[in-house]
Amino acid sequence: MGEEEGKKAVIKFGPKLLEFLSKFGEIELEHVDIEVGDLEIVLQPAAVVVAPPELVAPPPKVKPTEILEVPFTPPIMEYLGQIVEVKLGATKGEGGTRGTSIVIGGEKSPAFYTFESLPPHAPVVACDVFDMKIPLPKPLKMHIEDVMEDPAAWAKHCVDKFGADMITLQLTSINPQTKDTSPKEAAKIVEEVLQAVDVPLAVGGCGDPEKDLAVFEKVTEVAEGERLMISSVSPYMDIKRTAETIKKYGHVALALTGMDMNEARELNHKLYDILPREQIVMDTATASLGYGLEFTFTLMERVRLAALMGDYELQHPMASGVTNAWFAREAWKKMAPDWEPRELRGPLWETMTALTGLLAGVDYFMMMHPLAVKTVKDVIEKLMGKGAGKLEEIDWHIMRI
Amino acid sequence: MAYHEDLRRMIGLSKGEISPIDVYNLLPRTNCERCGEKSCMAFASKLVNREATIEGCPPLLQKEYEEAYKKLWQLLKPPVKEITIGTGERPVKIGGQFVMYRHKLAYFNPTAIAIDVTDELPHNELLKRVKEVEGFSYTYLGQELKLNLIAVRSTSNDPVKFGMTVKKIAENTNLPLVLCSFDPSVLEAGLKAIPEKRPLIHAATKDNWKDMAELALTYKCPLALSAPNDVKFLRSMTKALMEYGVKDLALDPGTLPSEGLKDTLNNFTMLRRISCEERDELLGFPLIGTPIIAWAEHDQEPEVAKWKEAYIASMLITRYADLLIMHSTDGWVLLPITILRQNLYTDPRKPSAVKPGLRIFGEPDENSPVMFTTNFALTYYTVASDIESSDISNKCYLLVIDSEGIGVQSAAARSRMVRKGGLTAESVAKAMRETEIEEKVKHRTLIIPGLAAHLSGEIEDLTGWKVLIGPSGSSEIPKFLEEHWYGKKGS
Repeated sequence: MGEEEGKKAVIKFGPKLLEFLSKFGEIELEHVDIEVGDLEIVLQPAAVVVAPPELVAPPPKVKPTEILEVPFTPPIMEYLGQIVEVKLGATKGEGGTRGTSIVIGGEKSPAFYTFESLPPHAPVVACDVFDMKIPLPKPLKMHIEDVMEDPAAWAKHCVDKFGADMITLQLTSINPQTKDTSPKEAAKIVEEVLQAVDVPLAVGGCGDPEKDLAVFEKVTEVAEGERLMISSVSPYMDIKRTAETIKKYGHVALALTGMDMNEARELNHKLYDILPREQIVMDTATASLGYGLEFTFTLMERVRLAALMGDYELQHPMASGVTNAWFAREAWKKMAPDWEPRELRGPLWETMTALTGLLAGVDYFMMMHPLAVKTVKDVIEKLMGKGAGKLEEIDWHIMRI
Repeated sequence: MAYHEDLRRMIGLSKGEISPIDVYNLLPRTNCERCGEKSCMAFASKLVNREATIEGCPPLLQKEYEEAYKKLWQLLKPPVKEITIGTGERPVKIGGQFVMYRHKLAYFNPTAIAIDVTDELPHNELLKRVKEVEGFSYTYLGQELKLNLIAVRSTSNDPVKFGMTVKKIAENTNLPLVLCSFDPSVLEAGLKAIPEKRPLIHAATKDNWKDMAELALTYKCPLALSAPNDVKFLRSMTKALMEYGVKDLALDPGTLPSEGLKDTLNNFTMLRRISCEERDELLGFPLIGTPIIAWAEHDQEPEVAKWKEAYIASMLITRYADLLIMHSTDGWVLLPITILRQNLYTDPRKPSAVKPGLRIFGEPDENSPVMFTTNFALTYYTVASDIESSDISNKCYLLVIDSEGIGVQSAAARSRMVRKGGLTAESVAKAMRETEIEEKVKHRTLIIPGLAAHLSGEIEDLTGWKVLIGPSGSSEIPKFLEEHWYGKKGS
């Protein structure tokens, strides 16, 4: 870069910046010279340098005797983008049989920046129900042992006893490597669960791209109009065919990608050829607390911020497979007595994995443990509520525990 | 040219928003290499990325560069001031944050955790609790997770009792202290007991701020300001205290119970945005959260209080708390909290991969098992610790395959996610060639992760080795080896 000397301009600063530079009257701010170069301007703050810690300014001559009010402006930002609203489930009037339908998305601010705006819809907590008995850690199993053989009863149990807003029915048994349940049989299980509960339903596959598609084609057909969330469409599937069957029978796609923002953009972009944006939810994969949660959190936060800044292909509600928290050994393993009981450690693991996602922008939680489900729902309710209103003073200094 | 943007950049908003050239222009530009870098430009890049400090440049500390030093200090200083609590062996630094979002640079100084004691605890219980806090330790990914401070509360409100308690604690631990009382005479008794130890004073309020300011100045301690749910007043109070001459402050905007969680998150979020993104120096101080308020309700089981305290703490770690004051010492509460802290304060710029190659566990011989895993750090450390967990498995060869740092771990979550990265039969075959594993063992059987089972045919074709499909989770490795290797070996 070239050295541009002598080309000086005096710039007007906004009040905040002025205040920062003047450092509260300790140092006089008379003017600030700016040297304008070709590519960047160089601040010449000779008059405004704050002494580094080693060279602390002399103590003030007069100590203040009272606290004078200074202005405070909440730091509210304008965003160009908004998350699309996606409706899950359909009532009789809407062409389905659900007792209620649920809308997610619609946010205009980062997650729970409620000093800017309240999210228009509360995030949803869904319980995972598997269509076959699967190996589960004890702290999880103890709450569902009696219903694990029957997905319909399991789903009902989650709604009635755990307060699940929705059910995510995981059709694990369709896996060609294991039970290889046929599409027709799988569709029957979906119908049974639809009859057992009246909350909206999401339906998951087994991860095999071909088999999932075959099953989804059948499931979407038999559940026409129910506005299921089909979990999931991945880049490894025949995206066109999957999206077409979702569209034809009026459902919603959950677009699943690895932890990669571009991959997520690309998948959504491809889905746009067939599906309206209001029928797409996204999932950028969830790792457990302790096993990569930082990647999950930061990617979700980046996706949501980019969406609000106007990144069209990322403006979708986000789903998170919080049940993955249980893959962390510290969540389920029996440990030395100092770390027990795992009956609390495990659900706390799931709760923290969920709450970290909640603060990054997750709209749809796939969870399992009743205590974790209850806590997350409770936190959501508090965050969607009125706030403290009048402050109840708690002096924890003198509190006797 | 957008002046606004450039000004924001100039004042050092975050990485990428200060150009190394701005920094370079203020350096001596002699390429003397005394900082350890080849050139002043290279050193400037390190400074911008917060990988070096200006004190690393010896010439800058000389008189002739005083002006440049001051300018650089101003340009590079964190918008959230770094405050040191304590002295000696285990001082704790809080704050020193540059960014609101970790992907923009990284978070520094992981949230410090203080556990409370009171001045009414019987002697034995007090020492037991202090030792418990000091002794808390969990090894996670090769790092020790620890607690950081003791918060001493005066429930007696008796200066003598408080002073004695503080003295007793300081005699028995070198953990730094937070002294908690709104009564200046009580607090002074505590400060007198440990005049040189630089505890954090909690806290100045609208009523006691002048007395607390005097104490902070006299004993050269950092001072916390408390203004529950009143960020506006917090700002006014900060101004008054700075004018008073107290420079090391920390802000406690209140951790409100129940419905107040919403306001709590708002306050923390607004404060961090105002400091990091608007560079408001009046609010550019570390933030204190007090999950201990979960214990305020009387008619609840202790487990309920612990549960609430745990989840409130987790949300405050995610939302910018630099210091937490807590009561629970249960492992089931603190383990997920300290792991969450470790996760979020991991530098996202550091590669999450370990070096590929051959790792040798114990003293394997020519009959010992050969296994492989990927070089994603999380995966590798998990597998390594499982292998080391048992004498049966701690005698083997482990090939660490270059999977481009992509985790089989997130894949381990759900099989449908296993699909990406450099983990192919070719990469396995390549690693086997390069490590000359054939020279080390007599047998020709490779144990592969259960989650990579789909590669077994290809690996056999490419290497001529027989493949044995191992467990999906590495915690099963010892059991697997016992049954399938040492039980009915290779057959």
